[in-house]
Amino acid sequence: MRHIISILIENEAGALSRVAGLFSARGYNIESLTVAPTEDPTLSRMTLVTRGTDEIIEQITKQLNKLIDVVKLIDLAEATHVERELMLVKVRTCKESREEINRLSEIFRGKIIDVTSNSYVIEMTGPSDKLDAFVAALDENSIIETVRSGPTGLSRGEKGLHL
Amino acid sequence: MELSGGQIVIQCLKDEGVEYLFGYPGGAVLHLYDAIFHQEDVKHILVRHEQAATHAADAYARATGKPGVVLVTSGPGATNAVTGIATAYMDSIPMVVISGQVPSAVIGSDAFQEVDMVGITRPCVKHNFLVKDVNDIAETMKKAFYIATTGRPGPVVIDIPKDITDPNILIPYKYPKKIKMRSYSPATKGHPGQIKKAIELLLAAQRPVIYSGGGVILGEASEELRELTRSLNFPITQTLMGLGAYPATDKQSIGMLGMHGTYEANLAMHESDVILAIGVRFDDRVTGKLAEFCPHSTIIHIDIDPASISKTVKVAVPIVGEVKIVLNQMLALLKEQKTKPSKKALEAWWSRIEQWRSVNCLEFDRGCEFIKPQAVIEQLYEVTKGDAFITSDVGQHQMFAAQFYPFDKPRRWINSGGLGTMGFGLPAAIGVKLAHPDADVACVTGEASIQMCIQELSTALQYKTPIKIINLNNRYMGMVRQWQEFSYESRYSHSYMDTIPDFVKLAEAYGHVGIRVEKPEDVKPALEKAFALKDRTVFIDIMTDRTENVYPMIESGKGHQEMTLRVAPGTPINRELA
Ligand SMILES: Cc1cc2nc3c(=O)[nH]c(=O)nc-3n(C[C@H](O)[C@H](O)[C@H](O)COP(=O)(O)OP(=O)(O)OC[C@H]3O[C@@H](n4cnc5c(N)ncnc54)[C@H](O)[C@@H]3O)c2cc1C
Ligand SMILES: Cc1ncc(C[n+]2csc(CCOP(=O)(O)OP(=O)(O)O)c2C)c(N)n1
Ligand SMILES: [Mg+2]
Repeated sequence: MRHIISILIENEAGALSRVAGLFSARGYNIESLTVAPTEDPTLSRMTLVTRGTDEIIEQITKQLNKLIDVVKLIDLAEATHVERELMLVKVRTCKESREEINRLSEIFRGKIIDVTSNSYVIEMTGPSDKLDAFVAALDENSIIETVRSGPTGLSRGEKGLHL
Repeated sequence: MELSGGQIVIQCLKDEGVEYLFGYPGGAVLHLYDAIFHQEDVKHILVRHEQAATHAADAYARATGKPGVVLVTSGPGATNAVTGIATAYMDSIPMVVISGQVPSAVIGSDAFQEVDMVGITRPCVKHNFLVKDVNDIAETMKKAFYIATTGRPGPVVIDIPKDITDPNILIPYKYPKKIKMRSYSPATKGHPGQIKKAIELLLAAQRPVIYSGGGVILGEASEELRELTRSLNFPITQTLMGLGAYPATDKQSIGMLGMHGTYEANLAMHESDVILAIGVRFDDRVTGKLAEFCPHSTIIHIDIDPASISKTVKVAVPIVGEVKIVLNQMLALLKEQKTKPSKKALEAWWSRIEQWRSVNCLEFDRGCEFIKPQAVIEQLYEVTKGDAFITSDVGQHQMFAAQFYPFDKPRRWINSGGLGTMGFGLPAAIGVKLAHPDADVACVTGEASIQMCIQELSTALQYKTPIKIINLNNRYMGMVRQWQEFSYESRYSHSYMDTIPDFVKLAEAYGHVGIRVEKPEDVKPALEKAFALKDRTVFIDIMTDRTENVYPMIESGKGHQEMTLRVAPGTPINRELA
């Protein structure tokens, strides 16, 4: 099953490589990983998407907790949560295709954030499957490049992950 | 007090109460060595190879419970230490390793003797630090000792760039008394509800076994383990790392379990209905084939590291906590109980165990014309009155020592279990002898293992650590040969050496006493002579039976119930194979 693990970690040099190293050393799979400092500059928050059986996920969370730099973590998949991913897509455009791409982007609530005579950059956020659907809807040959942030998320309700 | 970075490091060691620093100098740590020169509280032990520094410090820790401390230079000094760091990591040994690093300004430029020590050691340390500011040294040192010694212990590396120890930069020094880390707070007490469940299970058990390990020694809980085991009258089996926590000579002890464990221990595990696992990690050498491990058992597991619990074997009652505290909680709750374990069930259980025990699975050919390694260990036990510290290397000799030297006290059996590092035994013996100068210390080794850190004979002379090296010389990498005999139709590919040195001359060249033993009747007199030479290191090179194998054995991929026993106890083995 897919799990989204949210981690509060000391904002120290090397903290990221400790997490990444743990996954490679123990052969856990890592689908995506995002990290940035939080409102408290001594802490970073990491969101990690992984897949595995319940036993493997249990080991992953235990091993992550064991890292000295990890302050706290939660498995968002354990309760209801919201998740969003950011994607930027650069597409080739020509007079004839612009209208169609505009329309499609609107349906998916994308924003066109850069325009040149023959290209658009579209910004889109949403759950990962929505981004997948958008990419699928585009004409494959029109895509120049895409970049995705990997999902981040928060649990629903008033509780939060903090010290 | 104003001190330089180099002086601060050494002052921190003093304030931590560090007795010995095992090390080897080099460019990046010269400032530190100059600070060492100006003081006498922390005694520096100059090894002959950095790997030995880590093994000696590690064994000092195993024998005392205090952290071992190591100092090495950058680059090759640091990489040489890695094997010893990994050895300590696998067996959860508290150790602090200080490595020099190239100056901050050139880090990352492939400077002379630069390696990314923090990167290299990341997967084999409990934690590591790169010190970036002289003002951070004291707090980092405090954190390192705190992390290494608390919770599940382990090695911590502190990498210090040369400029940070600059003798010209002086700063005020204060060693923190206490440290609190928001991201690290090891468990202490066990959950009362879980403990209650455990007690209920134990009291209702028909065929219980206590399976105890290294965690009991690390957690100083031998007393509590003894009390609990005796009050329940349960059989107890111990892992290779746990030997000595419960006295092996006691009748409730059914020996080691696992690959080379006893028949009675492995069958008791297999037939048990309740297992109380204490400070163990269900290692593959212990469990054998996982699918067939303890098929009828409900398992209770006490461990300080949640990640050890249900890692390979799913347990019914996990108890996370410090073993000493948890066992005391259990003892207290047990005293309040009116119910006692069923006497009838236990009697029946013990009588089955006695049947298995009567197979005498460790018995060997005592009439053999060659020296049997097992007999050597038995005689070593007699000569040392069972009260020596025994270090070992890795191989058959290690298993014979574990099987034939019954340890009655914790911290007496010093060996590399998790990593299985050949070369551990000799430097380990030096570390133990420094910790316990008045005790008998013997290193049980093999002719292959001993050559991996043989240079430390020189260290043993310099620091006057009179140890006894018991070389079970079978002219083979016996453990490898045994596997090749069993699984590769005796194709002994590179498991022997044609050019084994004359160890007697070698010992003498290093300034020690060498004795060669070739006949069974000469073993005991040689041992007696060696231990009588109180102030000399003695190398006893004993020519043992080349064909001897370690039995019993669970061959790989098999379960506890499928042990291979020596054909019939005492039957001579086919010598033509060798
Ligand atoms: C050639 C060879 C053959 C071997 N054959 C065997 C064999 O036949 N049988 C055998 O048993 N082993 C054998 N081993 C050793 C084996 O590889 C493992 O090292 C060993 O079984 C692990 O022992 P353990 O389970 O006691 O765990 P350890 O490695 O000692 O781990 C200790 C456990 O206790 C926990 N702990 C630590 N401190 C505390 C505390 N304060 N409170 C609570 N818990 C704590 C830790 O978290 C950990 O889970 C062999 C090794 C070699 C090299
Ligand atoms: C550093 C290292 N290299 C290789 C091994 C694999 N190995 C395990 S036991 C063994 C043979 C040990 O031979 P010896 O020291 O003579 O002991 P014996 O088994 O003969 O008693 C080897 C090579 C190891 N454990 N450690
Ligand atoms: Mg040998």
